[in-house]
Amino acid sequence: MSVELRGITKSFGSLVANDAIDLKVDAGQIHAILGENGAGKSTLMNILFGLLQPDSGEILIEGKAIEVHEPSDALAAGIGMVHQHFMLIPVFTVAENIVLGHEKIRGVGSLDLREARTQIMEIAKRFNFEIDPDALIEDLPVGVQQRVEIIKALFFNAKIIILDEPSAVLTPQETDELLNVMRELKKQGKSIIFITHKLREVQEVADEITIIRRGKVVGKAKPTASQEELASMMVGRPVDLEVSKKPFTPGPVILKISDLKVTDNRGRPLVSEINFDVRAGEILAVAGVQGNGQTELARAILNLEPHVDGSITIDGHEIVGKTVNESLESGIAFVPESRELDGLISSFSIAENLILDTFHSAPISKSGILDLEKIRSNAEEYTKQFDVRLQSISDPASSLSGGNKQKVVLARELTRPVKLLVASQPTRGLDVGSIEFVHERILAERDAGRAVLLFSNELDEVMALADRIAVMYHGSIIDIVAPSVTRNELGLLMAGVKGKTA
Amino acid sequence: MKRLISGSALLPILSFALAMLIGGLLIAFSDAKVLALRSEPWEMVKAGAATAWNAYVALFEGAFYDPNLARQGGGQGFYPISETLVVAAPLILAGLSVALAFRAGLFNIGAQGQFIFGAIGASYIGFTYELPPILHITVAALFGVFIAGIYGGIVGLLKAKTGAHEVIVTIMLNYVASYLLLWLLKTEAFLREGRNDPIAPDILESAQLPKILGSEFRISVAILISLLVAWLIAFLLNKTTLGFRFRAVGANAAAARTAGMSVAFVTTSVMIVAGALAGLGGALNVLGGEYALTVGIAGSFGFDAITVALLGRAKPLGVVLSALLFASLRVGGQMMQAKTDTPLDLVLVIQALIILFIAAPALVKALFRLKNINASSGMAAKGWNG
Repeated sequence: MSVELRGITKSFGSLVANDAIDLKVDAGQIHAILGENGAGKSTLMNILFGLLQPDSGEILIEGKAIEVHEPSDALAAGIGMVHQHFMLIPVFTVAENIVLGHEKIRGVGSLDLREARTQIMEIAKRFNFEIDPDALIEDLPVGVQQRVEIIKALFFNAKIIILDEPSAVLTPQETDELLNVMRELKKQGKSIIFITHKLREVQEVADEITIIRRGKVVGKAKPTASQEELASMMVGRPVDLEVSKKPFTPGPVILKISDLKVTDNRGRPLVSEINFDVRAGEILAVAGVQGNGQTELARAILNLEPHVDGSITIDGHEIVGKTVNESLESGIAFVPESRELDGLISSFSIAENLILDTFHSAPISKSGILDLEKIRSNAEEYTKQFDVRLQSISDPASSLSGGNKQKVVLARELTRPVKLLVASQPTRGLDVGSIEFVHERILAERDAGRAVLLFSNELDEVMALADRIAVMYHGSIIDIVAPSVTRNELGLLMAGVKGKTA
Repeated sequence: MKRLISGSALLPILSFALAMLIGGLLIAFSDAKVLALRSEPWEMVKAGAATAWNAYVALFEGAFYDPNLARQGGGQGFYPISETLVVAAPLILAGLSVALAFRAGLFNIGAQGQFIFGAIGASYIGFTYELPPILHITVAALFGVFIAGIYGGIVGLLKAKTGAHEVIVTIMLNYVASYLLLWLLKTEAFLREGRNDPIAPDILESAQLPKILGSEFRISVAILISLLVAWLIAFLLNKTTLGFRFRAVGANAAAARTAGMSVAFVTTSVMIVAGALAGLGGALNVLGGEYALTVGIAGSFGFDAITVALLGRAKPLGVVLSALLFASLRVGGQMMQAKTDTPLDLVLVIQALIILFIAAPALVKALFRLKNINASSGMAAKGWNG
């Protein structure tokens, strides 16, 4: 089934999120929509799915104009959508989640799932999925939960499936599986609209690529186009995907961790036997599969973990047992894993977020009284210096896009006099332009003689930035290797296999 | 004006209007004379409207300006508004207590108990010691504030150290305070000479707050103090580092902790300040209105304070306005009950309805078709993010 959007325009106040967008998706094709965060991709898809109403423009299916006022209209027209944030109930089973809202009832109100279960099994068989209809959603890995969303769309006979940033929450392996699923769907005649900003995925599966920038279609491309070409169209200027690094000139040891052990409330070890140091002018990247103790190690350095044994010194000063504030003051800049949860207060203004850990001392405050004028000028200076795209510094942080949120965090942390930068997943969920910016900043910190401890699950990022790579496995550092290591060797270490690289 | 339609101030106003409207219907349809006219619908509507109107006029006169009293001369017409302001002063302070805790992410149900502690402290100093006037007032008020601050601080400390939920703890401490008051009033130290019923001696004249409009009116500097404190709390929240900590922990404790703030410190200190505020309310109620400690000294101030804080959107100015509103409802309600057949309970119904509408903003928005006005800013942020 083909779908066409003609002249879709949608504005929010003075912002034109979609400006006369034309888009045609042919039957049985994977059509990628590429664009940075905030380019208007999600707005466009929310219009197609009936979650938003366009100011003007029309939607055609098989050449016939249709009215989409709400998602049920879209579903009826054969359009299904898998949202970036899943719409599943964790304590319900797969089958229950799929029939949700369309349950069949047997007898006096008891739920009849037999038919649904058979249908789900049929779909799974047809598309080569492995799924247990009776498994609870909360027990399933994220990748499988996403598959449930896809099955849900298929269950309602969707012929056009919108995937909104589907790989944002997936591990590399899960992403590969998703791409296979997409190929299988295409083989069986489904059309897929694939919203993303990840170039590799687009090149692998897309048949057609439409690039959107600032609410407008800026071009179309074939998947044979190079990553540089695609990225430049997306960002609107030439993009250098290679990270250029200055030679490694390590200085004195800044961070030294010895015999570190972190335990949970019941005394079970989360992280143990950690010994390493990071020198000034060095980036030590900690790689590993998510959930191998990286989060806890990063938090332990900030004294955010309650049960820590061993020693952590910054420039020779012991910080274990100190408060979070003392850790920060000893010269640590911290970019937490979750900007929304730990890095920012979304209801606070951008200006307030920029003083979150400096508000208590001069020049921001004097004897307990905030200097509002200084807070304002501080915000204006830093947002300019870090190129934060915003309307007003008094807008809440929640109004910013992901990349700009991260810039606010960086601006706050890196403008303090720090010796060590601890960055946890600093580019997670960011677009190309922002990733480039973050990488440049991290390298600039290194070149300015600061020590950098980078936690990242992105292998490319680790290999591009690191001067040394520490691999974490089951709460310990299994090995520390040079960045010249191959992907394969690193992959083996991440899986806990040691000895081949030694 | 922009603020008015931004949804933050408009919602409480509309909630109040709706509650008054439904209250009017209740007055009309609970009146026997109106119901008797069932066979003549038009007459019934007219009679109903007249009944509701009369009740609300009585309410208004009872709260602000009474033309009947005015005929006695000497500005007596303004007696009601003096009474309203006498009630408003402690209510503002108790409301600020709940509002401040709200802003730091805590639900202080304990304003009632803290209010009682403040009243006990002020009363004890007020009738026990003989001190020069201004000093006496200051010491009495500060002692009440001090013990109420400790009483509130206990809650914060328990929460910070053990994770005990402040709602449960404050509810329990309200009982402790009520029964402590009851017991104290039976002890020798508090029993009024020659009386067996639980009432403490009147505070000495030197401890009474100066009256603003002479001895004919009860209005005292208590209202000015409460307005000043409201301003101070606004200053604390918006201009000080302590207020910044409070708001940060209230808005996102995880981010506040990551930025180096001590959540335990904030929890404890905000509850001390909240307790002190409610305690000042209790102290002023004794020093500036009641003069003697009784079992009913706290009335329902501490509980109305929750409504006041909600209606005032946990902002100091909002608290002042909604406390004035509630005080006028309560004072005017008594006149309404005396003059018309409408019972004082109607005021409680109106209060409950206001809270109901505030708690269900979607309902109010749907009724007034505000959806587009309020949704647009939020949608823009969401839509543009993706």
